[in-house]
Amino acid sequence: MTSDPLVIPKHMQPENSFQGMIMALQSFWADYGCAILQPYDMEVGAGTFHPATIMRALGPKSWKAAYIQPSRRPSDGRYGENPNRMQHFYQFQVVLKPSPKDIQELYIKSLSVIGIDKANHDIRFVEDDWESPTLGAWGLGWEVWVDGMEVSQFTYFQQVAGYDCSPVTGELTYGVERLAMYVQGVDNVYDLNFNGREGDDKITYGDVFLQNEQEYSRYNFEIANTERLSQHFMDAEAECQAIVDACNADDGYKMALPAYDQCIKASHLFNLLDARGVISVTERQAYIGRVRALAKKCADLWMQTPLGMQVIDGSNKAEDLT
Amino acid sequence: MAELFIEIFSEEIPARMQNTARKDLGRLVSQFLKDAGLKFGALETYATPRRICVKIDDVPCSTPDIKEQRKGPQVGAPEKAIHGFLRGAGVSLEQCEQQEIKGKLFHVAIIEKTGQLTADVIAAAMPEMIRKFPWPKSMRWGAGSLRWVRPMQSIICLFDEKIVPFEIENIPVGNSSQGHLFMNNSRFDVVNFAEYKAKLFALNVILDGAEREKIILSAATKACAEQGLELIADPALIAETAGLVEWPVALLGDFEQSFLDVPKRVIVETIKGHQKCFSVIDPNTGKLSNHFVAISNMLAKDGGKIITHGNEKVIRARLADAKFFWDADKKVKLEARVEKLKDITFHAKLGSQLKRVDSILELTEMLCEFTHADLEKSLLAARLCKADLVTSMVGELPELQGYMGGQYALAEGIDADVAEALAEHYAPQGPTDRVPENLISLTVSLADKFNTLLGFWSIDEKPTGSKDPFALRRAALGIIRIVLERKIRLDIPNDLLAFFIDRLKVYFKDQGIRHDLVDAIFALSGQNDILLAKNRVDALSEFLATEDGVNLLAGIKRAANILRIEEKKDGVSYKAIPKKSAYQLPEEQKLFAAIQGSEVELNKLIKDEDFVGAMALVAKWRTPIDNFFDNVKVNDDNAEIRKNRLHLLSYITTSTARLADFRQIEG
Repeated sequence: MTSDPLVIPKHMQPENSFQGMIMALQSFWADYGCAILQPYDMEVGAGTFHPATIMRALGPKSWKAAYIQPSRRPSDGRYGENPNRMQHFYQFQVVLKPSPKDIQELYIKSLSVIGIDKANHDIRFVEDDWESPTLGAWGLGWEVWVDGMEVSQFTYFQQVAGYDCSPVTGELTYGVERLAMYVQGVDNVYDLNFNGREGDDKITYGDVFLQNEQEYSRYNFEIANTERLSQHFMDAEAECQAIVDACNADDGYKMALPAYDQCIKASHLFNLLDARGVISVTERQAYIGRVRALAKKCADLWMQTPLGMQVIDGSNKAEDLT
Repeated sequence: MAELFIEIFSEEIPARMQNTARKDLGRLVSQFLKDAGLKFGALETYATPRRICVKIDDVPCSTPDIKEQRKGPQVGAPEKAIHGFLRGAGVSLEQCEQQEIKGKLFHVAIIEKTGQLTADVIAAAMPEMIRKFPWPKSMRWGAGSLRWVRPMQSIICLFDEKIVPFEIENIPVGNSSQGHLFMNNSRFDVVNFAEYKAKLFALNVILDGAEREKIILSAATKACAEQGLELIADPALIAETAGLVEWPVALLGDFEQSFLDVPKRVIVETIKGHQKCFSVIDPNTGKLSNHFVAISNMLAKDGGKIITHGNEKVIRARLADAKFFWDADKKVKLEARVEKLKDITFHAKLGSQLKRVDSILELTEMLCEFTHADLEKSLLAARLCKADLVTSMVGELPELQGYMGGQYALAEGIDADVAEALAEHYAPQGPTDRVPENLISLTVSLADKFNTLLGFWSIDEKPTGSKDPFALRRAALGIIRIVLERKIRLDIPNDLLAFFIDRLKVYFKDQGIRHDLVDAIFALSGQNDILLAKNRVDALSEFLATEDGVNLLAGIKRAANILRIEEKKDGVSYKAIPKKSAYQLPEEQKLFAAIQGSEVELNKLIKDEDFVGAMALVAKWRTPIDNFFDNVKVNDDNAEIRKNRLHLLSYITTSTARLADFRQIEG
């Protein structure tokens, strides 16, 4: 088993390597039986937007997955000048449905494989309820503190797009940069050792992402063409609606996931517009409402697909559509 | 008689819900016992972040036997009536006796119920109690449908040292629980509460929240004292941290001296609000020290070095943010921020914060006449009072609004009185908060609070029942406290008067002043000046504490009662000045003379607001009133004499009504 830190070479150990930490988490959750997925290939504000979380949380089917997801939050850009705020960062996401009885213990074990041993750290589950107005979703849970620092979000999904989640998905979201900074003992994210090597072979987080932050902060805050973005938003909204209409036509094949891609697009475009400061307080609510309406339609479709179907005869299998 | 002990073990319960939850558990369990007719001894409830418990002593092992006789219809009554009775009583005719009652023969049902085992009562009631538990927010988990605040892990239900089994989803119900999640997570079995508490302690869980609070206070104080420092023992923070840990350990950490340039409260709130840590004083200087105390939930292997280091890192980053905000905010003058208030909504129907400031300005100008505050400075304070809402610091730590305004004002060299007013204009914020002494502060505070009340009144958003989302009651109490404690004369607008009278009664009640005296004063018309009204209430209260006062009150009430009855009977009002010529007896004349003779002086005393003097003057009417009632029959056979005497009674009530409506006073 690779989760024993003794057998991992030094440059792969989570204490020395950012990628080592991600791999340790992947290996831990793979060992538990999760499907280890790759990041969703679209811009999202959080790992929750990945269909592997938000769509799979709906419907009766069991599901276990883990993946790293780049998260883009244009408003959080700081031109690479803030030691821990970025418009692009990673979340490591684990979803377990139904949430197992020992999910807290599993989480605590997973911390130990990335160098946070429960005997010497103060791990706390501090009340923090989660709500996503754009997804019409909410859950109860905690933010997890290690020695006073928030390192994860722990949520039991209760509703998505207005549907009750049953069974309930347990969602663990690790802030990997933060955790890595803590275990590597680094105060500036750009100083993180990315590949675990030393000397000339060392690649830092800054080597990988500093220029990225500098360029995107300028683009997001100063350059992005707001008229075009607004148009793209409307296009995504229209395309989503077109897919929904096609699905709802007689004998229409249910294409929840392509529709949902358009919803994700609209959501990111809204975030970009927001960062450009062109959305007023009242408009903001209206935009959020429009994205939520799309999410709702996608969820409605998902509930009619094989993966989202309601339980038939108490079995946990979806009705065969063919 | 035996002990009942219940533990409901779950994942982390939010700190703010724990105390209500343990009390609810105690209440609901004792309720179902009472409903079953059981009486019991002492009840104790406990909560930690992961469990709520109740222990009840001396619960009988079964519910009492019930033997009851119920009287039915007479023997020979219609069949239908007898059937109805039998159905209602749940007995057959054979189970009835015929009894002779007052010479007639009746069917009497004999109802007998043997007591039930208490364990059965508990087993039957527990599932419903759990399902209906009043959490402010609850959730489902796994594949189940049970709701609890967070996933429930297990239940202990022991009565008389034996498990009381019942079914609820797939939760194990028995006699076992679990220790500290990180220090000693093993499961253990118990037979009773004493064993439970002892075993928990051995597994690093302090069950009693009050005990955890004590440990936090003493451990944190000790950690400071070891370094010659002094803890700021914030009681709210002690209570909150007691809800976050099962095994409190205090750790002293530090941060760079340079952060101490930031205003004190910013540091205290940053450390408390974000990190739930305590601030520390250096007793040599009396100022904040560059230390803090973290309450950890762990007795770590390394003695807490890593934990302290981690907390220091986070606090350093938080303070660095705060210092950045402080330095950045200071670059923009408060005056330049005022215009930005137009972008912030105060209330959808009341407009922006800028509009709010404009109204506060207008009111401040008016109020300066009454508070005698410096007009120019007050207007400056009013204009700047909300400017800190658009600073980054207040954006981050909203509880520092006001205080930050004062700090930024001082930093940019604004007059110290004005700066103090910016800091104090939210005060007083409750019944114990300090009332400002600075005239500018209290003027702007009054203006802000009146503006809030008048604004929400204008859009009909008044408090109802327990709902007061805009804290309007608190605003009114603030005005009352400023006006009374700083002796400010002003008239409450008529629209708000009834609301203020209600708040005044609450305020007076807390001060031990009788609500009926408040009624007696506010029954008089035109009592918009609450300071004056308070003086009247005080004079009345003092007067009623004297023998003269008590007797005079009795006399006035007697007069009022007779009048009320006679006026009702005759359907006329006897409100008139009595005629001298109609007097028959000296007591009538003396009474009239006493009242009439003091009239000029009484009016003057009231006009001069000398209510104590006025009461003393009226006290002299006591003897003539007593003599009148002792010697004069009001309802004389002669109609004219009677009428004149009723006029005399009304003369008493109308004359005394200038001081108070004595009819409202109890006793």
